[in-house]
Amino acid sequence: MLSQSRARWGAVAVVAALAFGACSSSATQAPAASAAAPAASVMPAASGAAAAVQCVSGSITTVGSTALQPLIQAAAQQYEKSCTNSTINVEGGGSGTGLTQVAGGGADIGDSDVTAASKLPADQASQLVDHIIAKQGWIMVDNPDVTGVSNLTTAQATAIWTGKITNWNAVGGPNLPIVLILRPASSGTRATFKQIVLGGAAEAAGKALTEDSNGAVTTAVEQTPGSTSVIGFAYYQQNKSGLTGLQLDGIDATVANMASGIYKLSAQGHMYTKGQPSGLAAAFLAYMLSPAVQQQLIPSLFYAPVTQ
Amino acid sequence: MAPLTTSSITGLRPATTFRERLDVPRRVVFIAALSMIAIVVVMLGFITWQGVQLFVSAHVAPGSLLSATWQPDSTAGAVTFGMLPFVAGTVGVTALAVLISAPLSVGLALFLSEVAPAWARNIVQPALEIFVGIPSVVWGWLGLTVLVPWLRENLSGAGFTVGFSWLAGSLVLSLMILPTITTVTFDAFRAVPQDQRTASLALGTTRWQTIRHILIPAGLAGTLTAIVLGMTRAAGEALAVQMVIGNRPVVPTSIAQPMTTLTSQITLDMGNTVFGEPWNDALWTMSLILLVISITFVVLVRALNGRRRFQ
Repeated sequence: MLSQSRARWGAVAVVAALAFGACSSSATQAPAASAAAPAASVMPAASGAAAAVQCVSGSITTVGSTALQPLIQAAAQQYEKSCTNSTINVEGGGSGTGLTQVAGGGADIGDSDVTAASKLPADQASQLVDHIIAKQGWIMVDNPDVTGVSNLTTAQATAIWTGKITNWNAVGGPNLPIVLILRPASSGTRATFKQIVLGGAAEAAGKALTEDSNGAVTTAVEQTPGSTSVIGFAYYQQNKSGLTGLQLDGIDATVANMASGIYKLSAQGHMYTKGQPSGLAAAFLAYMLSPAVQQQLIPSLFYAPVTQ
Repeated sequence: MAPLTTSSITGLRPATTFRERLDVPRRVVFIAALSMIAIVVVMLGFITWQGVQLFVSAHVAPGSLLSATWQPDSTAGAVTFGMLPFVAGTVGVTALAVLISAPLSVGLALFLSEVAPAWARNIVQPALEIFVGIPSVVWGWLGLTVLVPWLRENLSGAGFTVGFSWLAGSLVLSLMILPTITTVTFDAFRAVPQDQRTASLALGTTRWQTIRHILIPAGLAGTLTAIVLGMTRAAGEALAVQMVIGNRPVVPTSIAQPMTTLTSQITLDMGNTVFGEPWNDALWTMSLILLVISITFVVLVRALNGRRRFQ
């Protein structure tokens, strides 16, 4: 009995020492005071060069968009490194899941490629607060055996996606049937492409293949002769060798062109909270808009910043 | 080790005394059984409730589900929740998988039970167990990287222009259900008393005649049970099938063409639709249809087992 309780106190001491070490190493200014303060208090910490990170201890969950997941995951890891008492669980599941979960109280933050108003009933959408944290872009890709096609105009893309053009020779390519690969009708990627490029026209789903993720689409396009699809910038950068990226209306699909607005196939990334955020959720959302994320992390992952 | 008491020895016998009723292991198994039943009932209730929301709160006419047009997006015009392509796809891919797998499995089971020497059985049985343990994502991955390109490169003349096809789905499934059918069929053949074999051989029959006239009739119900179990697994499989069938929401007309299934469409759309919208309700209705299909299979298995018991 005695030895057990002694071990328990020992463990507490170790945890306290670790917490002290973490605080004083990351907070260069006020070490002793913040270490003595209760765990729940807000303490300043320094991340990287200069930027201050607001540390709030606790645990939150963010669920939703798989297109935004790599960014939020990386930001959460950086935040947790600076603030060792905070845990941020980042889960995928899709934009719809994110919106459903945050509206129902199952998650602290819901990540979405599309606005809440476009998915949720008005009474639920009005309770959510939108935090726009990045701009994300998509690129049209095709299998490398489609030679001689490096650009599609909006009109050509529309004709291909709606099934009016079924052979690459109609747009200057080889005599090869076009294999259209779509994302599911409910996906944010497909909705964005349909709105921006197709002007709302319905895709030829009955003649196309459907794959459910950026990864599956990438594999299918790499494998299937004559195939074409749309994927996120980051996925294209990782799989450049097996794919051909296409210009849209003669404009290169680059982060710079997306940031300046001349490349149109892009959309804002949303993180929704139910009501105004507080505690760790507020601190993490502020961190998403901080220079450490906006100026360093976001460009390195092929998103575009939303703050200067 | 706990001391052996009367109650722990007689634990499996129905409780007769008050002391036995309060026995801890007995209560543990009782609670386990009760919660098992409760979970099944709650789950059935929940899926049924969600499955009918499409008709109750979204006011979709049940008859419109028989349409072949799947247009669930309300922002793209009039919605139609035609589920014919998905139901036809699930039935089609399962049926073809069983057609391919059943003869192979039954043959393998006969070989293991009647023909194989002990050493061969000692190799094949662990191999089958490893087969069962291969995760479905691995099957799908293999199908996607080996089978789909092979079909496209070698059979494009037969219509396999993209490789993603009904046949690709059925071939992957047939391998996945092969161990299930083989093991259950093998057990059915092993259950035939040795006396019957000996008696048959004593009458001067060949081994094939014994198999044909003794084993197959006696093991028939067990074989059918095995096939239905394989069908249940095939109909419920989502991931491996989704990766190789191309997910085209049309009623398939050729085994060379892409198609889709109930499970595949549910997984494609579930993450991107929100709970309570008609589109999401339609996915629950598909789940209910799947549940009805698998309950039908379970009833079938029980009926077949009942028949076997009275033989």
